Amino acid sequence: MSRTDAELRALEEKAEAIRETILDMLVAAGSGHTAGPLGMADIFTALYFDVLIHDPKNPSWEGRDRLLLSNGHIVPVQYATMAHAGYFPIEECLTLRSFGSRLQGHPERDRLPGLETTSGPLGSGLSQASGMAYALRMDGKKNRTYCAMSDGEQQEGNIWEAVMFAGKNRLSNLTAVMDRNNIQIDGMTEDVMPLESLAAKYEAFNWHVLEINGHNISEFIDAVDTAKAIYEKPTLIIAHTIPGKGVPEIEFDYRWHGKPPSKEEAKRFIQQLRSGAGRVPNEYA
Amino acid sequence: MKYKDAFLVEDLFSKDIDQKPTRDGFGTGTVEAGKRDSNVVVLCADLKESTRAEWFEKEFPDRFVEIGVAEQNLATVGSGMAAVGKIPFVASYAAFSPGRNYEQIRTTIALNQQHVVVCGMHAGVSVGPDGATHQMLEDIGLMRMLPGMTVLVPGDAEEAHKAVIAAAAHDGPVYIRFGRTASPVFTTPETPFEIGKALPLWEHDKPRVAIMSTGTLSYQALLAARALASEGIEVSVLHVPTVKPLDTETVVQAAKRAGRVLTLEEHQVMGGFGSAIAECLSERYPVPIRRIGVQDAFGQSGKPEELMEHYGLSATHIADAARSFGALY
Repeated sequence: MSRTDAELRALEEKAEAIRETILDMLVAAGSGHTAGPLGMADIFTALYFDVLIHDPKNPSWEGRDRLLLSNGHIVPVQYATMAHAGYFPIEECLTLRSFGSRLQGHPERDRLPGLETTSGPLGSGLSQASGMAYALRMDGKKNRTYCAMSDGEQQEGNIWEAVMFAGKNRLSNLTAVMDRNNIQIDGMTEDVMPLESLAAKYEAFNWHVLEINGHNISEFIDAVDTAKAIYEKPTLIIAHTIPGKGVPEIEFDYRWHGKPPSKEEAKRFIQQLRSGAGRVPNEYA
Repeated sequence: MKYKDAFLVEDLFSKDIDQKPTRDGFGTGTVEAGKRDSNVVVLCADLKESTRAEWFEKEFPDRFVEIGVAEQNLATVGSGMAAVGKIPFVASYAAFSPGRNYEQIRTTIALNQQHVVVCGMHAGVSVGPDGATHQMLEDIGLMRMLPGMTVLVPGDAEEAHKAVIAAAAHDGPVYIRFGRTASPVFTTPETPFEIGKALPLWEHDKPRVAIMSTGTLSYQALLAARALASEGIEVSVLHVPTVKPLDTETVVQAAKRAGRVLTLEEHQVMGGFGSAIAECLSERYPVPIRRIGVQDAFGQSGKPEELMEHYGLSATHIADAARSFGALY
């Protein structure tokens, strides 16, 4: 069911607030990844504030949907969204990557309630999500399993083992969301190790594939609803995103994959965010 | 002499002693564990006959998951299933699991603290003709280094059966090592087995050497102990099926009584069982130690017994080592 304009606008505003939190936490941490978290802010907002059946006050509730983050390095977007959703205080975000923090540089299930797994080493989230979906279906449970993953990690062999497994077993309770932002550490994915044609590859393994604009929350929610209606196949949503989205100065720049902004840069970036990427005159930002 | 509380088989040194591979204990153990707990599932990577996973499949077809030739997926699908309440036994050859998928085991099972039982089959040179690629000799070392990992190396098929049942009821990640080739079944259903406990098999008031052994070599240690006793050289034999967590109290006691320790394993001497004993004793009760095992080499093709002889893992070698070691100091 489509959301009203007011509902969508509220989600978009939430995503902007989450982007600001991401920049704040990266500045506080002094290290970490900037481009990916900003690029996935719209989708994580839609997941936690619309799509997922979950209870922030009871993170281990059995009836919850499972969301696994496979590319653990973009975890600031997950931490920020979880904090805004009420899993823990937003101030705690500023402890990112510091000694004793529950917010490890890469996510650890055992440290922070609400995380479904530990990730960082790439390529193993989709198979864990497949295992969860398989086991939940064995028990006749209706919970859905979501896996957020990157495009770069499609270069890992483990991904294709999982793609085969989920396709063979027709895991229709599994939805994977790929952050197709075209960058990885050493450059553009198609230069480093070409991935295309991703849709055709997944389809060949018995997956249903949808392609969307990853910054259009409405499109993403519709795609998730479509995935729920697809029987006999897992669904891959290829979300075309802009790395660094919201900060024109760094959008599409792969050099921002793995570094945080300085204090001054973050101030500028937040101003750019608040000005709607330049659409609103700066004096209002 | 034979330690009575170990309840070993009566005809311990008979030529007709029953022989079975420890992997048979995986087959019977998972069936029994599956009966006790409906959450037990078995995952296998295209080796269900040789791993004996098909014994479980026959009994519980809906709880058997075929993964195909994909060991990374084997570990990670297992981790995902454990995360929603299953107790997965993931079975492949040790050379591939943990050999191929070590990072997946480290991150998604050990660091993630999931109750997955990684079952490494066809470990050691006793695999025989398949050669070095399939003769895993580094798995004990790899797995015992992982924080929170329990490492079990059963001595025979009967003990393997018990280890599997205990692993299903255990909390947290477990590695169990199994062998391909039939070996003497020297324990009985009455023989005690508990994760974390070592088992004295052969005792003497004043042993010259304490032999500490893990896996099927413990039977070779018994053969050596008997041969040595007939020459008037008394030794003790401590069977250590749990390499981690090590039964340090029992190990230290045995070392104190003998003053010399000889360790046995079908594994590299570096990083494995002998290393674990050496680490323990060098801190708790330093005594001279000799380690029998594979000496920084790969295996090769051959008959299992030829290879065990070649790599110095037979009763004869053990007795020789104990004789020369026991005569020193």
